[in-house]
Amino acid sequence: MGNVGKSVTRIDAFDKVTGRAKYTDDLCDKSALVIKIVHSTIAHGHVKKVDIAEAEAVPGVVKVFTCFDVPDIPFPTAGHPWSTEESHQDTADRKLLNAHVRYHGDEVAAVVAENEVAAAQAVRLVKVDYEELPFVLDPQEAMKEGAPQIQEDFPGNVLKHTSINNGNYEEAIKEPGLICVDKWYDTATVQHCHIENHIVFAQGENGRLVITSSTQIPHIVRRTVGQALGMPWGKIRIIKPYIGGGFGNKQDTLYEPLAAWVSQQLGGRLVKLDCTREETFVSNRVRHAIRSHIVSWLRPDGTFVARKLEAFSDQGAYASHGHSIVAKGMGCFPQMYPCPNIQADAYTVYTNKAVSGAMRGYGIPQAMFAVESHTDDICKALNMDPEGFRRKNIMPVGFKDGFSKNENYYDSFGQCADKAMAYMDYRNKYEAYKNQTGPIRKGIGLSYFWYNTGVWPISLEHSSCRMVMNQDGSMQLQVAETEIGQGADTAYAQMGADAVGIKDYRDVHVVSSQDTDVTPFGLGAYASRQTYVCGFSIRQTGEILKNKILAYAHELTRMPVDTLDVVDSNIVRKTDSRVLMPLSELCTEAFYSLSHSEHLTAESTYQIKSNAYSFGCCIAEVEVDIPLCKAQVTKIINVHDCGSLINPALAEAQVHGGMSMGIGYGMSEQLLFDPKTGKALNDNLLDYKLSTFMDHPHLEAQFVENAEPTSPYGTKALGEPPACPVAPAIRNAILNATGVAIDKLPLNPHVLFERFSEEGLINDPWREVKAHV
Amino acid sequence: MYDIKELYEAESVRDAIRLRLEHPEAQIIAGGSDVLVQMREGKRAGKELISIYTLDELRGVCLDMEDNLRIGSLTSFSHLTKHPLIRQHINVLGEAVDMVGGPQIRNIGTIGGNTCNGVTSADSASTLHAYEALIELTGAEGVRRVPIKDFYLGAGKVDIRPDEIQTAILIPKASYENTCGYYYKYAMRNAMDIATTGCSVNVRLSPDKQTFERVRVAFGVAGPVPMRAPGAEAAAGGQPVSAETAEAFGLAVVGDINPRDSWRASKAFRQHVAVEMARRCLVESVKRCGGELK
Repeated sequence: MGNVGKSVTRIDAFDKVTGRAKYTDDLCDKSALVIKIVHSTIAHGHVKKVDIAEAEAVPGVVKVFTCFDVPDIPFPTAGHPWSTEESHQDTADRKLLNAHVRYHGDEVAAVVAENEVAAAQAVRLVKVDYEELPFVLDPQEAMKEGAPQIQEDFPGNVLKHTSINNGNYEEAIKEPGLICVDKWYDTATVQHCHIENHIVFAQGENGRLVITSSTQIPHIVRRTVGQALGMPWGKIRIIKPYIGGGFGNKQDTLYEPLAAWVSQQLGGRLVKLDCTREETFVSNRVRHAIRSHIVSWLRPDGTFVARKLEAFSDQGAYASHGHSIVAKGMGCFPQMYPCPNIQADAYTVYTNKAVSGAMRGYGIPQAMFAVESHTDDICKALNMDPEGFRRKNIMPVGFKDGFSKNENYYDSFGQCADKAMAYMDYRNKYEAYKNQTGPIRKGIGLSYFWYNTGVWPISLEHSSCRMVMNQDGSMQLQVAETEIGQGADTAYAQMGADAVGIKDYRDVHVVSSQDTDVTPFGLGAYASRQTYVCGFSIRQTGEILKNKILAYAHELTRMPVDTLDVVDSNIVRKTDSRVLMPLSELCTEAFYSLSHSEHLTAESTYQIKSNAYSFGCCIAEVEVDIPLCKAQVTKIINVHDCGSLINPALAEAQVHGGMSMGIGYGMSEQLLFDPKTGKALNDNLLDYKLSTFMDHPHLEAQFVENAEPTSPYGTKALGEPPACPVAPAIRNAILNATGVAIDKLPLNPHVLFERFSEEGLINDPWREVKAHV
Repeated sequence: MYDIKELYEAESVRDAIRLRLEHPEAQIIAGGSDVLVQMREGKRAGKELISIYTLDELRGVCLDMEDNLRIGSLTSFSHLTKHPLIRQHINVLGEAVDMVGGPQIRNIGTIGGNTCNGVTSADSASTLHAYEALIELTGAEGVRRVPIKDFYLGAGKVDIRPDEIQTAILIPKASYENTCGYYYKYAMRNAMDIATTGCSVNVRLSPDKQTFERVRVAFGVAGPVPMRAPGAEAAAGGQPVSAETAEAFGLAVVGDINPRDSWRASKAFRQHVAVEMARRCLVESVKRCGGELK
């Protein structure tokens, strides 16, 4: 007992650092044919003709498939658990290749060649004739009458619209003396930028298709490949090796169905599709840009009377995760700052742009930028202290959400804020920075965040676990919740060791790679769920296994089972703590006994019908160079209450990564589209400004450990939350420094220049002269 | 895997010239940090390459007979930054090229490649313009030296004849002696970035450090090629070392430069930061000369 809660070394650290760990490309045989995709060079239209003659003549080219060759089967891609109820199923709105192209970068044809160079040459020689259609890049424009029609089944381009109506907004705002704060907030389209681009290889084997893919969700991909190809799901086998990050982009079916279909067409030949960085930016998934309109009505004492939210989510060309993202953001709106009268509307709208899907935070980074920027805007309007206002209005202890049944058991918000404020010297700085003059100013800003754990009750939550003992008392552990760099395997080893009574987590061999033929069924890595959901299945399976071990121990020791336990890899008599035998001795005997041989294993599924709030905050300090229109984050902290920590060092690392993503989201990242063509302008890591560690100060991560009552290990979400509060905290710090509220992301020099000019902080004399001419 | 038609490796400068004449379509490759990127993008896919990367005679920094600084064209950015002669005479150049990309790029990238690309954003270019560098080109007919402002013919176009390779960059003694300079790279992040605009200033102060004897300033990304700002230089040259001069110097930049609107930055934004950068670079240059703004 006692592996959980310790900062033990990751089980995959050595292999990853030395380069020994195998990723998808490392496992692909060199005989693989290479698939390269011909992408649409227009934003919207119909493919009339594809001329492949020249391309097929390139030496080394095996075959070119076009949008006219693929099966007429639309399929869904979202990495959601399947629903047997049709109304809850994901939208099936794309084919393997598309004749109706809906964005610049859509898939039109696929070249198969013996090597990469021949494939690239052939891609350049495929000639596509289009009938061009008007396109639309802005969701609100796309909702207007007469806008281009993007998906045949969705007139008006609205994929989905949902509402929340609590109380009576219209009546409530009639109360005399209310103060109204009415503002719009815009977030940018950003990309996950995991190090390893999506890659997949596929081949036939005994009449089945074996697909090895860089994915977060092997079992889900098995289903979607089956759907896309019209094949029985059992005929498909997905293998997931180590992956170089995913952040939600790989919580989607990407090119697995296409690779599988191409292999099938070529008699099961081994084929590989390895995305370029440019394809990753444009033709995988991006984070939804969401425009939010928030109207708050308050009494002068700072109490909310009524609030309205309208959110417009830019889906891009295909449904992917669709409305789930903005719906999650809207869902937290009435919870975070409870208010009796709420009117909220969320729209997910198709546009002719890169497809938006899941990305770390799943709608909450966008929602927090709007909500927490708005909170500071309210404080400015009311002349109230942002920290005090939040404490007064934030979700109270004991709050229970009617739908999810989530309960706010602790004062997580207040405790996290206290820690963050102490580290940053928040109060003194906030006051000191309020009324600065001069070109270089400092500011400090705060943002809370709301999050939850997993997807229950919107979708299925469960986890299956298998444990298999070895002769030496060590064991294998398998779950379907994937290691995607976050360190999940190590947490499983720690929890598994404690569940069974194994002394050292290193004696728990987590089978890191998932193989749908072998791994118990489960859903994958997403929704910050892995440690939470696996906690249930590991504890349950560990108990089943331990009972088998103790039953066997009873046979060997003749002691009653209920006096026995497994402690530190020994069979112990609880009544006097005497070690009766090492677990290794028991296992060896069980393996080879001539009287009773038994392979000690256990396997079980736990369906989780609970969810857990996971709250915290970020405080950022900035230095703003007004004439240079630059803001630099100089100090920053995130504090999280994600329950009891399974591995504090890994938890801290998780927070560092999220904060880094948050800084990029806040300060510099934005995928730009040419308004004239719809083409992505900066689909590379030079022009897309992912932040570097030169753009970060020290990233401070701290925790409040209130044990989560619903979890066997007291744990809850930490994967996504760190990315959620950073951008609004930085935005509020710039507000504190300069008095200028900036309502769109990223807070880059272009935006600062525009806003500082509008607010009169910058006056270029030559520009005024020009204006007069 | 790169789509390279043929690769010819030059064994000497003379051999490189021969290869240039034999393969007029071929592209010269040094460190490859730009050429290979373009090749991968398909822009130069399927081309022949002449590699000059192994010609060590083109590496290093020295003073020639007239004490001009001679920088071999294949000198890498990181070697340039650390070179004692650079540090002593033209430290700002070493600092400027230390802002290129990341450490790996600075180890492979060469100053010759940086200038031969002819791009306005090259981190070395504004400083080389501000120091009136001479480009040495060696061809079948011999060696010629071209002032850097004439070497840049237009965006992406430089004056290299079909038989030539660039062999050195020279900084005349008259240009570097008794000067201190400062380069400001305006980029959207603090590493791994291309300049939104860049400004390099160098000054020579009077012995009493009260007067600007000479001021030079050049910009990258203020026009299609790197450019000097003559109006600004005139506004500060011969003037007292003062905040007013720095202010006038900065404002004069607006009349000299011609940045354009692009999705990377607006013209108004580039103008705004150019003025501020010029002023700050002048102030920093004065400080480095041991002067003080009154």
